[in-house]
Amino acid sequence: MEKNSVLEMRGICKYFPGVRALEQVDFTLREGEIHALMGENGAGKSTLIKVLTGVYHKDGGEVYIKGSSKPVVIRSPQDAQNIGISTVYQEITLCPNLTVAENMYIGRTKGHFTNWKKINADAGRLLDELGIPAIPAQQLGSCSIAVQQMIAIARAVDMNCKVLILDEPTSSLDEQEVAKLFKLMTGLKKKGVGIIFVTHFLEQVYEVCDRITVLRDGKLVGEYVIEDLPRVQLVSKMLGKDFDDMADIKSDSDSKQIDYGSTPVYECRQLDGTTGIKPFDFAIHKGEVNGFTGLLGSGRSECVRAIFGADKVNGGEVLIDGKPVKINKPLDAMKHGISYLPEDRKRDGIVGDLSVRDNIILALQVMKGFFKPISRAQAEQFADEYIKLLNIKTASSETPVKSLSGGNQQKVILARWLLANPSYLILDEPTRGIDIGTKVEIQKLVLKLASEGKSVTFISSEIDEMIRTCSRLVVLRDGKVVGELKGDELTQNKIMATIAGGES
Amino acid sequence: MSSNKIKTNKSFADIAKSIIRQQIFIPIAALLILVLFNLIADPTFFQITLQPNSDGFNVLSGNIISIIDRASELVILAIGMTLVTSASGGQDISVGATIAIAGSVILRVLCGTNTRADTLQAPVIVAFLICCIVSMIFGAFNGTLVAYFKIQPMVATLIMFTAGRSIAAWINNNELPVINDPKFGYYGNFIPGIPVPTPVFITIACLIVIALALKFTNLRLYSQAVGINPHSSRLNGINPQMIKFITFVILGLCVAVAGFIKVSRLSTINYSVVAKDIEMDAILAVALGGNALGGGKFNMTASVIGAYVIQFLTTTLYKYDVSSAEISAYKAVVVIILVVLSAPIVREKMGDLKKKLFPAKAVSKEAV
Repeated sequence: MEKNSVLEMRGICKYFPGVRALEQVDFTLREGEIHALMGENGAGKSTLIKVLTGVYHKDGGEVYIKGSSKPVVIRSPQDAQNIGISTVYQEITLCPNLTVAENMYIGRTKGHFTNWKKINADAGRLLDELGIPAIPAQQLGSCSIAVQQMIAIARAVDMNCKVLILDEPTSSLDEQEVAKLFKLMTGLKKKGVGIIFVTHFLEQVYEVCDRITVLRDGKLVGEYVIEDLPRVQLVSKMLGKDFDDMADIKSDSDSKQIDYGSTPVYECRQLDGTTGIKPFDFAIHKGEVNGFTGLLGSGRSECVRAIFGADKVNGGEVLIDGKPVKINKPLDAMKHGISYLPEDRKRDGIVGDLSVRDNIILALQVMKGFFKPISRAQAEQFADEYIKLLNIKTASSETPVKSLSGGNQQKVILARWLLANPSYLILDEPTRGIDIGTKVEIQKLVLKLASEGKSVTFISSEIDEMIRTCSRLVVLRDGKVVGELKGDELTQNKIMATIAGGES
Repeated sequence: MSSNKIKTNKSFADIAKSIIRQQIFIPIAALLILVLFNLIADPTFFQITLQPNSDGFNVLSGNIISIIDRASELVILAIGMTLVTSASGGQDISVGATIAIAGSVILRVLCGTNTRADTLQAPVIVAFLICCIVSMIFGAFNGTLVAYFKIQPMVATLIMFTAGRSIAAWINNNELPVINDPKFGYYGNFIPGIPVPTPVFITIACLIVIALALKFTNLRLYSQAVGINPHSSRLNGINPQMIKFITFVILGLCVAVAGFIKVSRLSTINYSVVAKDIEMDAILAVALGGNALGGGKFNMTASVIGAYVIQFLTTTLYKYDVSSAEISAYKAVVVIILVVLSAPIVREKMGDLKKKLFPAKAVSKEAV
């Protein structure tokens, strides 16, 4: 063990059926440092954290902690706490109906009697010390989310922790609250606590962190001192594309002839979503495939949700074929020929217990209206047609959609929206979590739809896919549209540089 | 040869399996067991006779007629309860109390200012329509709490469960109106000259209406979709709140019809006992039908059969001189058995057990 490190993980492996979630991952945390753990979804960040906190049991490797020469065994979150590893999760896991002090000491009092007076006094002292603006006897629910987050941290710190894990603590905080949280973090750092900071926000990493460890596909990419790793490098490490000598992939499709002078199929001006994105302008033309890109949490999904009316929209103008319209709810968008395949297939896409057939006809049925059900025979015909067209693997059209594989579920939802015959189709991460073959099929389908004169917005975490399919990319960072790339600018290098922004 | 044999075996086993897997299997099986039990214990149970009733004309009588007649209110309520369960994933426990309100409204309209009206002060149809409107308003109240204020259905309807009977009493100034015009009794008993009890016709009418509604509207698809996944329903253009709200209004309508039958049977009302505990029987009917009480997919026929099973059970128990105080205990035992048997976890275990007992079958299946 290095002499100033508080935690060392060596050769950690974790396997799930069919997946190598972690493969020989090393991680070192030093005393008094804030260490960012970075990686895109599925890179293994949360698995590593869960191994460290005893939620998962590792399949290989060793964990050392300061003060013990032998590797430690962590079998449960309780074990982790006992050896000084505390975690604060993205969602507050405290009880809003208890007081601040009760929350800080719940489950930690010894014996049957509790000296509330002493506990309140202790809590008050600790809050003061950490500069947290809360009163011990106050109900937790009446504090702001940021303060609740800090109280969770205070609880962790008070349990004598040497290692503090903050898992996406800033995702529901505004800028000022983030600043307060960072102040607290720097204070703890000075006290010698090692902090592991998991976040998607690049700006924040460069603001407070000392070191970065990057994971990708369950493997360690490397550990870097923050000064040595410019943003662009970090992005390329996370995405797994070498920044300099990357071969630019030529688009499969022939020259995309899009008449940019014509009236856009869809246009919005200063569309103002309520989910943390800044107002943005956007337009798409007939036969065009465009993409929204940016890291996770950059607001790319929020933008398309605002277009579809999936989330509440505060203001802005929307024009369909040049005519102003109001889109307040999904049905409005559907009636104007917009379809939306959501990012979270399980939560927002499929209706699990319903049959493949009902899932396929759902959108068309809703557009037809409550009093005009599609006849059974007709529905059967639609379902069979699309099962064949998209090559959906299902026992029958009667099978509940939840029993299909992920890729086939995705195809069912695609079928649903194709059946609705939209003029503008939004696909948010249609290729996530599905096998390669299906990914290619879906990309081909997107290009085919465009050649038939439909407009498509295609979002994917994989930049290759976007380059291959899109003729124009809107780049977002931290909820803002920061650039638009088309034509020759559509190269990995240029895209990553725009995504990273800053000093590139 | 042998492969042929295996094939027939398999298809036979598969048919049996698919029948058992059917949701409707449990309530039908329960009904058959009850029928079988009565056949063995006392075949006269099924006797139907044509006897003159107190008004002096011939009507059908017998246990079976009584079951079909007495189950009417429950069947009608089960229709609405199934829809509410499907869309909201919860149950309305206020239907008994709102039946009291519905009945009270009817009597109030029919009696006018008198408490003992010898002649009807308003046409029965007017009273019925007013009762429908009032019941639907109370349904809408429950629906608003559940759909728009996102209160758990059982908690939301607890309000009317508690207050309903007081409201019913208040509507008639806490008096007990009695209707002496025999014409009003036709709807809950017999129409002169027709030997079949009138509630049976009303129930059939309700079943036809709901069957048509399920066929010619998207009520089934929408309420199932909302019950299974409200997020994705919303993104497909359905308004989940509205659908939940509508199911409660429909249940309100069912309550009105059930209340109408109830008061017509007696031509009067007792606020504190009318339709007492019927909400639990209605929920039970939905559960017996194998419908998930957490919402989602539903089978209306199964619920309706479930309602008849409950009445069949009650009548059987009465026949064997179980006192009305003890009857709930007996019912509970039967309910435990049925509900446990229809629980998915038990069915899965039974499937495993079958595999263990007949491993040969499983092997032959794999071979094919």
